[in-house]
Amino acid sequence: MSKHLITSAMRALGAGAVVLLGGCSMEVLSPKGDIGEQERTLILIALGLMMLVAVPVIILTLVFAWRYRASNTKATYAPKWAHSTAIEVVVWAIPAIIVTILAVLAWRTSHSLDPYKPLESQAKPVHVEVVAMDWKWLFIYPDYGVATVNELAFPTDVPVNFSITSDSVMNSFFIPQLGSQIYAMTGMTTKLHLIAREPGTYAGLSANYSGAGFSDMHFKAIATSEQGFADWIKQAKAAPQSLTAEVYQALSKPSEKTPVTYYANVPATLFDDIVNKYMAAPHEEGAAMHEGMHMSADHTMSADGMHMAGMPMSTTEKAKASE
Amino acid sequence: MFGKLSLDAVPYHEPIIMGTLAIIVLGGIAVLAAITRYGKWGYLWKEWFTSVDHKRIGVMYIIMALVMLLRGFADAIMMRLQQALASNDAAGYLPPHHYDQIFTAHGVIMIFFMAMPFIIGLMNIIVPLQIGARDVAYPFLNSLSFWLSAVGVILIMLSMFVGDFAATGWLAYPPLSELGYSPTVGVDYYIWALQISGLGTTLTGINFIVTILRMRAPGMSLMQMPVFTWTALVANVLIVAAFPVLTATLALLTADRYLDMHFFTNELGGNAMMYINLIWVWGHPEVYILILPCFGAFSEIISTFSGKPLFGYKSMVYATVSIGVLSFMVWLHHFFTMGSGANVNAFFGIMTMIISVPTGVKLFNWLFTMYRGRIRFTAPVYWTIGFMVTFVIGGVTGVLMAVPAADFVLHNSLFLIAHFHNVIIGGVVFGCIAAMNFWFPKAFGFTLNEKLGKASFWCWLVGFYLAFMPVYVLGFKGMTRRMNHYANPEWHPYLVVAFIGAVVIMAGIALTVLQLAVSIKDRKKNLDLTGDPWGGRTLEWSTSSPPPFYNFAHVPKITSLEHYWDEKESGKAAQVGRYEDIHMPRNTGAGVIIAGFGFLLTFGLVWHIWWLAIIGLAGMIGTFIARSYDRDVDYYVSAKEVERIESAHFTQMKEVA
Repeated sequence: MSKHLITSAMRALGAGAVVLLGGCSMEVLSPKGDIGEQERTLILIALGLMMLVAVPVIILTLVFAWRYRASNTKATYAPKWAHSTAIEVVVWAIPAIIVTILAVLAWRTSHSLDPYKPLESQAKPVHVEVVAMDWKWLFIYPDYGVATVNELAFPTDVPVNFSITSDSVMNSFFIPQLGSQIYAMTGMTTKLHLIAREPGTYAGLSANYSGAGFSDMHFKAIATSEQGFADWIKQAKAAPQSLTAEVYQALSKPSEKTPVTYYANVPATLFDDIVNKYMAAPHEEGAAMHEGMHMSADHTMSADGMHMAGMPMSTTEKAKASE
Repeated sequence: MFGKLSLDAVPYHEPIIMGTLAIIVLGGIAVLAAITRYGKWGYLWKEWFTSVDHKRIGVMYIIMALVMLLRGFADAIMMRLQQALASNDAAGYLPPHHYDQIFTAHGVIMIFFMAMPFIIGLMNIIVPLQIGARDVAYPFLNSLSFWLSAVGVILIMLSMFVGDFAATGWLAYPPLSELGYSPTVGVDYYIWALQISGLGTTLTGINFIVTILRMRAPGMSLMQMPVFTWTALVANVLIVAAFPVLTATLALLTADRYLDMHFFTNELGGNAMMYINLIWVWGHPEVYILILPCFGAFSEIISTFSGKPLFGYKSMVYATVSIGVLSFMVWLHHFFTMGSGANVNAFFGIMTMIISVPTGVKLFNWLFTMYRGRIRFTAPVYWTIGFMVTFVIGGVTGVLMAVPAADFVLHNSLFLIAHFHNVIIGGVVFGCIAAMNFWFPKAFGFTLNEKLGKASFWCWLVGFYLAFMPVYVLGFKGMTRRMNHYANPEWHPYLVVAFIGAVVIMAGIALTVLQLAVSIKDRKKNLDLTGDPWGGRTLEWSTSSPPPFYNFAHVPKITSLEHYWDEKESGKAAQVGRYEDIHMPRNTGAGVIIAGFGFLLTFGLVWHIWWLAIIGLAGMIGTFIARSYDRDVDYYVSAKEVERIESAHFTQMKEVA
């Protein structure tokens, strides 16, 4: 009960801060999916908590500066006073308490909003394989055998499981209104799980500078009904061209402002081939070293592979740990 | 013969660059002609270029920083103009090729060649005076450090006119910075400018650690050091710990680019993630190297002008040291979005938040220093209070992004840009200018114009809020950094306001320049004859302004934290004893010559002119060896000479009294 009250108060405080900031429509603060929703709440709570200290400090700074101005001879002047254990304890304690609360919040949300964590849902997730290229986005739908450039579609209320890599330099895959972003890196697969709750066309972009054509490296993310998605897939299926090796070769050349393109067919292994293109064949010298370094057995940079900083947990263990 | 260098390297077809070149060449000719006309070459060489006097080296560092502030700001306002124009996918006036170099250069210049020289310059001028030393531990090394940094500046300026600069972002992430994606010499200029100036910075770090630990006046325990000296000590420990990491990281990138290695490319098992980790292992401590000495300067200023000792000195020292230690445990917060696990992200997020505890304590301590004080509202105090208010906001947004799950939507957005400009402008720039206003009379013997100083402050403050509050909002509106143009017309009004803010900041910079010019012109009216214009509390105010080259005729025996203040209180400050000969280092041109060869080395390496690089390297090593055989590196100032200088100062002080 009281916890709920505090949370509401925090939200109100945070929302107030946001209104002060501009009061206009802000994509990140008006999310259209669960992940973005939770992240917005998190931002507002964290901001609200910090405002509890920040606002008084700013006011006190101005008040003290005014009150103890040299021309105000009525104010007390204590020219030798420079220590007070009580004040010292308080000034260490206040930030420490706020940070402790924030730390708990950070720890919990790091786990609950881990981009690698599959979303719980009755619906069967849609899989999308994402390839960042110079300077466009390729989306492969392995379950449907189609691929598109610079346009992404999925049904609302259905989890979308992204596997992401790059066939060029590092980029970051980001749809601001749906929530988290994650880097797209050559030779590795990163994972991201999002869900949209409202139909609409959302801006998607690369959030990591990747060279001259970077500014045009954006895409449309269409959240639509089951039927709308089925129609969209049908439309892709009807495309005149397929993403054969030659077509991909041509596509991978640097290009800017690439128009939306559909490919009716795509080789099942294309994504894995892109991820693995720097891997030596098993009989070649040095292959073993690669395996040991950062590639897990299924040739993708899985969640486990990325947890190399001292935490080689399996996916199931990880799921348990985050509970 | 000339490696990759040919006449095609000069960008004749770029009118903006050629215009800049014309201005710099004409300005340069005018300066050189004036120096020749007034016959000042000998003076400059003997008194400044070859000087090993920490105060003069400090002044040269700060002049360099101010010049580079102009260059870095020119870059900034060009970017702001581009983004204010390039709405609705309009092209603007800067093509990506040029724009991308500009944002890279802006970051590199502001951090490495504006903020760093400013901080190092301040430490040079103030630290030896605050600890009662006559110079730094290694005066020749100090001169060498400065000139090596100057070579970095020359390289980065030259890159504009001969060849190009990196178009990679200021940290040159691979694989974009690798030969495959950045085949021109831009990244090579970047590498060698940072390597040679980084060498200078590392030497400075060693120099100041030894100076502070070994050369304090007798009696001054560590817990009796002024807070600025404490922050300088911690900053220099960070330099020595962090800069070698930068050197090694850039060396690995160099091996990739020059020797076909694959440390950071995917071929043969290399991995770009290593670079990103390594560069931030240096990069995060770097921001504390910049901000800690500014915290120190604010501490001295607020205490002096409140007419009180600093509140919670011990807290302040512990806070400084703990920030220094913690700064090495947070680097991963620069890339929560790389896909590390939740535990790793949470750990680095929480470590980052913990830094805000000692930082918060510092703010409270400044607050309680003002409490029950008698605050004189001089220009340095304006900057300090402006800092306190602004920095709180920057701290809040920083801690917000330390929450990994919040960072997932804020990372690389304009919210991030607003955050770090909030702390770097509100903290480092305000700190540097506050410190310049505060210590200027000590370095030059006259105070700066207060009215223009305050006018400059208001422009900077208002300009900052105008320029960066809309940028925070743009982060929430989903705009990412480093965009040359954009389709979303909703972003446009905010970017126009941001541009106006940049124009207001430009007025602030112009007023600072005007303040310097007017103050120099009117210096006779603002002379500081006592050496203590503000009612100072630390040792640097006990000597004349400017101090004699030997700083102190008598090295004081320290008995308390605020030794000088206590002596003034008890009327012991102006006592004169018998003078003795003073041992001083002799000026040397070796620093300039080694740096000159260093330029040949790095320029040769940038353009693959191997014979030139070999000459440069051989010259550097040869000059260093020759210098180490030079036995005539010091001399004694006779007691008589000291007495003459000191009595002139005392006569002056009596006249004022």
